[in-house]
Amino acid sequence: MSVTSLVPGSRLRRRVAPPDSSRSAEEPQRGVIVDLRGLSHWYGSGSTQRQVLQDVDLRIHTGEVVLLTGPSGCGKTTLLTLVGALRRLQAGSARVLGLELAGASRGDRQRLRRQIGMIFQGHNLLRCLTAEQNVQMGADLLPGLSYRARRDLSREWLRAVGLGQELDRLPHDLSGGQKQRVAIARALAAGPRLLLADEPTAALDSRTGREVVELLQRLAREQGCGVLMVTHDPRILDLADRLVRMEDGRLSEAAE
Amino acid sequence: MSGFWQSRGIPLAWLLLTRQPMRLAVALAGIAFAGILMFMQLGFRDGLFDASVTVHRRFAADLVLVSPRTMSSIGMAGFPRRRLVQAMADPAVAGITPVHWKLLLWRNPLTRRTRSILTLGFEPGDPLLQDPAMERKAPLLRQQGRVLFDERSRPEFGPVAEWFRQGRTVESEVAGVRVRVAELVNLGPSFGADGNMLTSDETFLRLAPGTPPGSIELGLIRLNPGEDPARVAVRLAQKLPDDVRVFTKTEFEEFEKGYWRSSTAIGFIFTLGAAMGFIVGCVIVYQILYSDVSDHLPEYATLMAMGYRLKTLLGVVAREGLLLAVLGYVPAWLAGQGLYALVRSGTRLPVGMNLERSIVVFAMILVMCMASAGLAMRKLADADPAEIF
Repeated sequence: MSVTSLVPGSRLRRRVAPPDSSRSAEEPQRGVIVDLRGLSHWYGSGSTQRQVLQDVDLRIHTGEVVLLTGPSGCGKTTLLTLVGALRRLQAGSARVLGLELAGASRGDRQRLRRQIGMIFQGHNLLRCLTAEQNVQMGADLLPGLSYRARRDLSREWLRAVGLGQELDRLPHDLSGGQKQRVAIARALAAGPRLLLADEPTAALDSRTGREVVELLQRLAREQGCGVLMVTHDPRILDLADRLVRMEDGRLSEAAE
Repeated sequence: MSGFWQSRGIPLAWLLLTRQPMRLAVALAGIAFAGILMFMQLGFRDGLFDASVTVHRRFAADLVLVSPRTMSSIGMAGFPRRRLVQAMADPAVAGITPVHWKLLLWRNPLTRRTRSILTLGFEPGDPLLQDPAMERKAPLLRQQGRVLFDERSRPEFGPVAEWFRQGRTVESEVAGVRVRVAELVNLGPSFGADGNMLTSDETFLRLAPGTPPGSIELGLIRLNPGEDPARVAVRLAQKLPDDVRVFTKTEFEEFEKGYWRSSTAIGFIFTLGAAMGFIVGCVIVYQILYSDVSDHLPEYATLMAMGYRLKTLLGVVAREGLLLAVLGYVPAWLAGQGLYALVRSGTRLPVGMNLERSIVVFAMILVMCMASAGLAMRKLADADPAEIF
């Protein structure tokens, strides 16, 4: 089945892209959306302090799909929450979509998060909203669009993930794979320039998992959106442009 | 500033509430219950205060004289009738009516039991009540032993009004003296008196032979048109000796209400009752909103991770509180109407829905819901978007 033709990709992109020409001028290198230098992070304090990230350097370019693997507890999720502006930076520098996160205020981080799509291990959909309304919670973050335009946008995205028939279903009535597709549609509906995903296939069987990640990768590419995905799933590693491995808080570029 | 069409979004607060119909029903039942409790308690309280002046309101008077020893309608002390005549000397005064006022024992003609009835004695030629029908009824009292019986007296006095309307001769005994009902009047019971009757001063003195000569309990004063009652009251109070007090009619009503409000526990009890309803409502709404926020904490955290502001989410909880207040108030108001009707027919107290109480109870429900929402919001601070990965 080809859903590509259904995605009015270029149109969407133009409509949802924030007017950020000024911001791109700040970017040190064209096309670099994530630039981490010497990033370190600790949990706890005093004698119980534990370092989870050590001197991490990482760059992600526009439209690039980077997969991050490694044993559990090695700091992958922490890295994701730092890039996603969900935590305060402790040491080092992180430039995400042109914003330096070291010393960024709460408000700055919250505004930056609007341009970052997030897909979680669980689908984390709002249980009381239908599939369409869930996606619209993403689209509602876009400035300057009428209610009708945002609703139409949500429907287009649900069609793009192949759920055009399930608009009015509650998450409760959807399968695991369908829920994760709704979550992808929700993340992309906000017109993000960076997509963060934390083991999006964890709750899915292997076939569905691969389908979902393939969909995610294709749609992200069409939108020119960079992807950083944490995964344990060996079956989807081939979908990456670049594989990065993490161990004990340190990053190493995995051999292709 | 973007317009409404841009700010319009998913009605999240509404959906959070309505997608759990059972919980919503429990919440609304709780709020409605609290509202009904407040309506009833405040209704009783106001009804009591209003009822305490049902008779006071009807007097054909601009000013009244009472004894300074009088504390309320259930303990009217006597004062010299001369004072009322002295008041006539003031050029502003148009007319006076001396009134005897006492609670006497009425024997139920059916069961023979006795019960306290408020008896007013007056010269039938003088105006007593603002009631045009009195001109026809008052002369009937010139015959000794005749009374005008209040048809709205409580049923414990016997089926007097019923028998009278059937054309029967209704006779009974008041303070051991035989009386006959000459006509019915419409006054209404109060907290101080379960029933009322009017009689001539002559008959009154036979019913209450202990009344000192030349002593009355109430003096009604009517002023010439255009006179300011408050100014005349001050003037009279200066002229007359200290053994009388001068009230305007409104002051007289307030004096009576003030007695019930301050000298008895009634006002306190009913206000406390309303406060209980308020607190019960607070607990219920807080429980509902708190568990709602707790249940949806990961979802709220997700929204924050997506870039929604904490303020937006606090707004959602606040709107839930507002919706609960409005949705819970409607059944409370309707049930209040019904219960007031029930109370009116059961107790004959003038209890009814009025705009002021409707607003007061709505304001209390609103405060109740918004305060609970405010407390429940503190739980939102636990929604840490960094923890949901």
